[in-house]
Amino acid sequence: MSTDSRIDTSKVATSNGTTAATASKPGPAGSLASWADDRLGLATAMKKNLRKVFPDHWSFMLGEIALWSFVVLLLTGVFLTLWFNPSMGHITYEGSYDQLRGVGMSESMASTLHISFDVRGGLLMRQMHHWAAAIFIASMMVHLLRVAFTGAYRKPRELNWVIGCLLLLLGTLEGFTGYSLPDDLLSGTGVRAADGFLKATPVAGSYMSFLLFGGEFPGESIIPRLYIIHVLLIPGILLALIAAHMLLLVYHKHTQWPGPGRTEQNVVGFPMLPVYAAKAGGFFFMVFGVIAIMGGLMSINPVWKFGPYDPTKVTAGSQPDWYMGWPDGLLRIIPTGWETVIFGYTISWNVMLPILIVPPLMLVILMLLPFIEGWITGDKRDHHLLQRPRNAPTRTAVMVSLMTFYGLAWAAGGNDIIAIKLDLSINQITYFMRVAIFLGPLLAFWITRRWCISLQRHDNEKLLHGYETGIITRSPEGAYAERHLPISETSAYTLTARDRDEVYSVGSDTDAAGVAAPNSRSERLRARLSSWMYSHNVQKPTRAELEEAHHHAEHEAELQAGLDHPVDGHQFDDHRLRDTDEVPLRDH
Amino acid sequence: MLLLGLLISGSLYTAFSPAQADSQPSETEQVAQGKELFLASCAFCHGQNGEGVPTVRDGYQLGPSLVGVGAAAVDFQVGTGRMPMAAPGQQAPRKPVVFSDEEIAALAAYVASLGPGPAIPNEADYSIDDLSEEERQEAISRGGQIFLTNCTACHNFNGAGGAMPRGGYAPSLHGVEPKYIFEAMLTGPQQMPNFSNGNLSPEEKRDVIAYLGSLEETPEYAGFTLGGLGPVSEGLFAWVVGIGGLVGAAVWIASHTTRSKKSKVNA
Repeated sequence: MSTDSRIDTSKVATSNGTTAATASKPGPAGSLASWADDRLGLATAMKKNLRKVFPDHWSFMLGEIALWSFVVLLLTGVFLTLWFNPSMGHITYEGSYDQLRGVGMSESMASTLHISFDVRGGLLMRQMHHWAAAIFIASMMVHLLRVAFTGAYRKPRELNWVIGCLLLLLGTLEGFTGYSLPDDLLSGTGVRAADGFLKATPVAGSYMSFLLFGGEFPGESIIPRLYIIHVLLIPGILLALIAAHMLLLVYHKHTQWPGPGRTEQNVVGFPMLPVYAAKAGGFFFMVFGVIAIMGGLMSINPVWKFGPYDPTKVTAGSQPDWYMGWPDGLLRIIPTGWETVIFGYTISWNVMLPILIVPPLMLVILMLLPFIEGWITGDKRDHHLLQRPRNAPTRTAVMVSLMTFYGLAWAAGGNDIIAIKLDLSINQITYFMRVAIFLGPLLAFWITRRWCISLQRHDNEKLLHGYETGIITRSPEGAYAERHLPISETSAYTLTARDRDEVYSVGSDTDAAGVAAPNSRSERLRARLSSWMYSHNVQKPTRAELEEAHHHAEHEAELQAGLDHPVDGHQFDDHRLRDTDEVPLRDH
Repeated sequence: MLLLGLLISGSLYTAFSPAQADSQPSETEQVAQGKELFLASCAFCHGQNGEGVPTVRDGYQLGPSLVGVGAAAVDFQVGTGRMPMAAPGQQAPRKPVVFSDEEIAALAAYVASLGPGPAIPNEADYSIDDLSEEERQEAISRGGQIFLTNCTACHNFNGAGGAMPRGGYAPSLHGVEPKYIFEAMLTGPQQMPNFSNGNLSPEEKRDVIAYLGSLEETPEYAGFTLGGLGPVSEGLFAWVVGIGGLVGAAVWIASHTTRSKKSKVNA
């Protein structure tokens, strides 16, 4: 019958219970979610992303510091715009700060003082904004180092690496424009320096300077122009790039450390809801809290002490914020006489090299790193398992070398402070840095690479001969030896979960007919670089080597079996077999 | 003429400071005592008559001539412990004072007798206590602008000091007595330029001192000054406290994982 064939779905049981299940009335949250889903269709997108998996490791949270400090920057920045007046109009300060009352200054300086002294919470917001900026860029750099040292920039993440580098550049520019806005003595000195850098550009320099300043330095346009760059242009691009960075993060999935159960095809960790939403959300409050504490307790950029900018004044300790410190350091140590005069025009190598050539070059090198490495290895596979820094000795050494260069240039940027705080001569610091900036990176490269290779050897020792128990035994002949025990299978898996390095080699330069192979020159270069990068590395033991070693250590392996407590030194003797009542502790 | 001038100033000084008049030794006694001290502690570098001791290198001296440096220079150098120097060096650091006030006054009187030079300033020269509230306020803000124009290039915006070539340094101005700041401007000790009264009038010097004093009296609105050294120390704290603390927080968050039961399981 037709009525029987029609199934009444409302009575179909959804469980094996004795009573039929019926849909209960949805709660208020549920009905709100259904209302929204009916109109926005979010459920499909959310279903997957709410369960997005994050592996647990502290180093994966460094980029989050940058994200959250950027949120703090947006919040505090909006607060500051409510009172800040980006104008170079000249007025006389009549606010609360005694020492500057009656002094002529620009409206931007006066409004900065107004925020600091007459707006409730204004000084806290200003200081939080500034500390958040310093932390924003610092955390981008430590995040960058983590990504580089673990090889996370390999395929498929090269473009996200490039976006990250651009974020670092934009963050630095954003920081510089913000530093310049209050129009105090320090920021004015910085703008003056920037004007000098522009003018050091051959041919176009003076035109660029006139374009930026709307005439001769300082003019009346620079602060409003920097302001709109600072609050609209760069933050807009930053936001777009951060969005792109994070979309790619979701698309690529997260990288993870190798270990049992972790492959190139999965991600082992905790889902966004409920675990990582709580962890990341909690971390936001921690970042906010640290920045708030710093803003509340630690002075940063006390503009009232610098006073308004006046080109006739300067102060000792005029430095840029930390992220611009390293080009400033290069500028401080370059010999002053490096200039060439061509047809009556001076080319200032002493400004161009440290400011206009080396920093952009460093950025380009940084952005190209994954592509150069990919070209040398010829590796086209996707990589989601990270490498320990020791297992890529040359890459690690290159990064440490770059860090050493950066660090030395950075320290040179604080040469005057180092001189007075450590009772040194500023001249001798400069002479030292002129040599160290070349030798330091080479030395760091060499030490790091050897160090990594030694650590690789140590890993192999552990795999083949076990770990050092710290137990010294004496043989009947009187020889002392430290006993080794095999490492656990988990550790052994983790240590061997890496690829063998393959040194690329070119075949013959010519084919059978004697025709030169295409690209043979670049291929030969690639082979040389590949050999330079990988031929010194220590490879993991082969299966045969491992089996032989295990066979060799079978006795110890038996002792290890069932050992779920720390070694106490008695695995190797018959202590456990004896009864202390029967056998005296010491045989005579 | 010089002796006459000294006699007049000496007697005027005696006349106008009656409280000390009885206990003060006479000018000539002071000079004699000062000479004795000078021969024992200063003459090795400055010469037996304060004429300076040249070295074999042209233009270099063991100690410069003190003819015409005035009592103010002695009061500054000896009163802050810079002289006598413990060892030759790029700069004489401030250190515990060796001589008593009386001995310093005697040394100052002796050196002043070598040639005319700036005298030790009176408190009235550098104090703004006599001014009205409004004048005081103006003096402070004027002094701040003079300070930023003339002093911050070496001493830093906060008076925290700065580096000078070859191991020299502009010392910190925190806690320096007003008299010594005035004398330093007046006599230009060591690497410091001399701000003569024609360059910075005594009132302008007073205003600078008033500004520096007001900085010390003003509470630090912004919190710890981190040395008052500018962006270098700020960057250091951003890395050590900011990044250091937050990486610590990341380690903490990542090492505390979820558990499915209420009871805590020890890993």
